Amino acid sequence: MPNTAKAKKHWYDYLWIVTPIYLGLGFFNILFAWIGLVFFFLPLILSACGFGKIYCNLYCDRGRFLDLLGKKLHISMNRKTPKWVSSPVFRYGFLIFFLIMFIQMLFNTYLVFSSAKTLSETVKLFWTFNVPWNWAYNGSAAPWVAQFAFGFYSIMLTSTLIGVIFTVLFKPRSWCVFCPMGTMTQLICRIRAPKGEK
Amino acid sequence: MQSKRYASVGARCVACGCCLKVCPMGAIDLKYGVKANIDVQKCVGCGRCANECPAGVIEILQRGEK
Ligand code: SF4
Ligand code: SF4
Ligand code: SF4
Repeated sequence: MPNTAKAKKHWYDYLWIVTPIYLGLGFFNILFAWIGLVFFFLPLILSACGFGKIYCNLYCDRGRFLDLLGKKLHISMNRKTPKWVSSPVFRYGFLIFFLIMFIQMLFNTYLVFSSAKTLSETVKLFWTFNVPWNWAYNGSAAPWVAQFAFGFYSIMLTSTLIGVIFTVLFKPRSWCVFCPMGTMTQLICRIRAPKGEK
Repeated sequence: MQSKRYASVGARCVACGCCLKVCPMGAIDLKYGVKANIDVQKCVGCGRCANECPAGVIEILQRGEK
């Protein structure tokens, strides 16, 4: 049957807007970064509950945002994504790196919670560059709550920027080839799939 | 009549689903979320999916090949 889905717009076609709203809110008040936990757990829960890759296919704001940049705003050079990007070594390697950085962020939050460290009001870009972000926190929450927000926002902003860079250089959705959430949901699906379909 | 060409998905498919959205024949599904599957009976070999795939894992083959 021919695919007619293109003509009809669904509510989820507009989900790209969540990306700029999320990053924008975190620019003014870092505590909004906590909302990002939804983008972390929802895909995993959906896959674990048997919905396959429905998050990537329909609901992911970032995928749609990168598509929009690449296809509507034409910022993509639309070149073939290099083969190494889709290699298991790179995809799983990046996932492991990402998870280690995530745990480090949680540990950092713990250090601030236990008063072993003071709150750092910065956003760490590309896991390397500390960018001052002190205007986004007014002391209204406990320091560890703010530390987690700064850490989580750093991950979200960094991964969005990597996504945009890949969109410019290669295919619009080339970030999706090694996106840790995509890799994790595919792994969950693989575990759940019947034998012969893995 | 069947087309001369059809699409084939390689093992490195990341199951992102980008190909699904562009197939004019609705020939692709992502059952189980592990890998894209193409119904070769429905596929007309237009190559849109191959052009869309960010992982570059779709090949357009001549029928009778592979
Ligand atoms: S691979 Fe990542 S960015 Fe792409 S659609 Fe899935 S969750 Fe979103
Ligand atoms: S080649 Fe064309 S018809 Fe065949 S699966 Fe790809 S998009 Fe669909
Ligand atoms: S676009 Fe490519 S990587 Fe994504 S599901 Fe289709 S074949 Fe797999």
